[in-house]
Amino acid sequence: MAVGRRVFLTMAALGAAGIAFGAKVQSFGVSIASGVGALLPGGDHFRIYSVSGNYPAISPDKYRLVVDGLVERRTTFGLADLEALPRTSFVKDFQCVTGWRVPNVHWEGVRLSEILDTVGVRPEAVALSFESYDGTDSESLTLSQARLPDVIVAYRMLGAPVTTPHGGPVRLYVAPMFGYKSLKWLSAIHVVDQVEPGYWEQNGYPVNGWIDGSTGPSDPGSS
Amino acid sequence: MAPQIRAPSASVRILRFDVVQRTAHWVNAGLFGILMTTAVPLYFGSFFGMVLPRHTVSEIHLWAGIALPVPIIASLIGPWGARMRRDVRRINLWTREEIYWLRRMGNTSVATLDKFNPGQKLNTIFTSGAILVMLASGAVMQWFRFFPVSWRTGATFVHDLFALAVFVVVFGHIGFALTHRDSMRSMIKGWVTELWAARHANGWFDEHKAAEKPAPPRE
Repeated sequence: MAVGRRVFLTMAALGAAGIAFGAKVQSFGVSIASGVGALLPGGDHFRIYSVSGNYPAISPDKYRLVVDGLVERRTTFGLADLEALPRTSFVKDFQCVTGWRVPNVHWEGVRLSEILDTVGVRPEAVALSFESYDGTDSESLTLSQARLPDVIVAYRMLGAPVTTPHGGPVRLYVAPMFGYKSLKWLSAIHVVDQVEPGYWEQNGYPVNGWIDGSTGPSDPGSS
Repeated sequence: MAPQIRAPSASVRILRFDVVQRTAHWVNAGLFGILMTTAVPLYFGSFFGMVLPRHTVSEIHLWAGIALPVPIIASLIGPWGARMRRDVRRINLWTREEIYWLRRMGNTSVATLDKFNPGQKLNTIFTSGAILVMLASGAVMQWFRFFPVSWRTGATFVHDLFALAVFVVVFGHIGFALTHRDSMRSMIKGWVTELWAARHANGWFDEHKAAEKPAPPRE
């Protein structure tokens, strides 16, 4: 009997079915991958990326976020200043452009729109440029994207202060877009008059990283 | 002229794996080693921290993956691949007895043992299937622009599950190799003794004897 061929083809079929329907299995909440991941160490299911190859270590009391450019009041926020602004929290997926997804992540922080209102955006402003403490990564959003209610400057995720590998003490979380838009170790926000493509965009990713409607965790504009 | 009946000898060697097969095996093993080593920090970045930048690790992983089919294909094609192709046919075809042997996890005696026991056959089949699935799901993850998001998520899911299975099977394989030195030596030096073959692969041994040209009769 050709057992070899049969087993081989069965595996190939299972693999193909998993690629085509694996995401649906996850969205039914029967997340086998998460189940497997939970058995293993370090299993918060995030794949940790750093474009610079290291994690900038910033102690929470030394943390500063500079907001400047086309603003009424150039402002430097400490962590306590950010925490003093109206806080928002929600549970949303983290979806990487390469496919992996961490479902139901708890996020907490301050809406980016709240920060923009605090500093006062001048009428000629069009977009934002973000800088990271890693010295390499950068990102961009248009002002209207930045004002979506699920675009936040996060200081808590997964029910705890944002850890260093996850971009702590403070990172961006842009829920309607792929993970690369959620810049880690946020150091500065420049309000500018045109979109300046960030690190990943210069490496070929779309500037508008909307997660496509079919499987995206949220639609633009939803909260 | 008496027929040649000679007891299987512990000092006569039979070729089990030729140099093409051995080379393919060890190149493949090396690539698996690289892939599995680099997989660990890619999966558990938050746990292991970073020895090398993630980008470097994922480049190494990618190129080792791309290279993975090379030793297999190279060992199967051409006139040098005859032995490999014969063994692939052998691994594909199972007798009822062999299926029964596998069900009993080897706790049964089988009248005719092939060159590879059913466990070894299954290991080879699984590894081949896993290579195909890992290449396909890995390709979707790498060249994600060409695939819908749901496929990318599915590919990640498949890659994760098969990775776990590969770790279990590869460590099992290494465990069996280390506890079965004669088998392992045949993958290093190529040969087993007639005695080993008669005991552990009698069907193959009989084939081997039948194929041997009878010695010229003595005067």
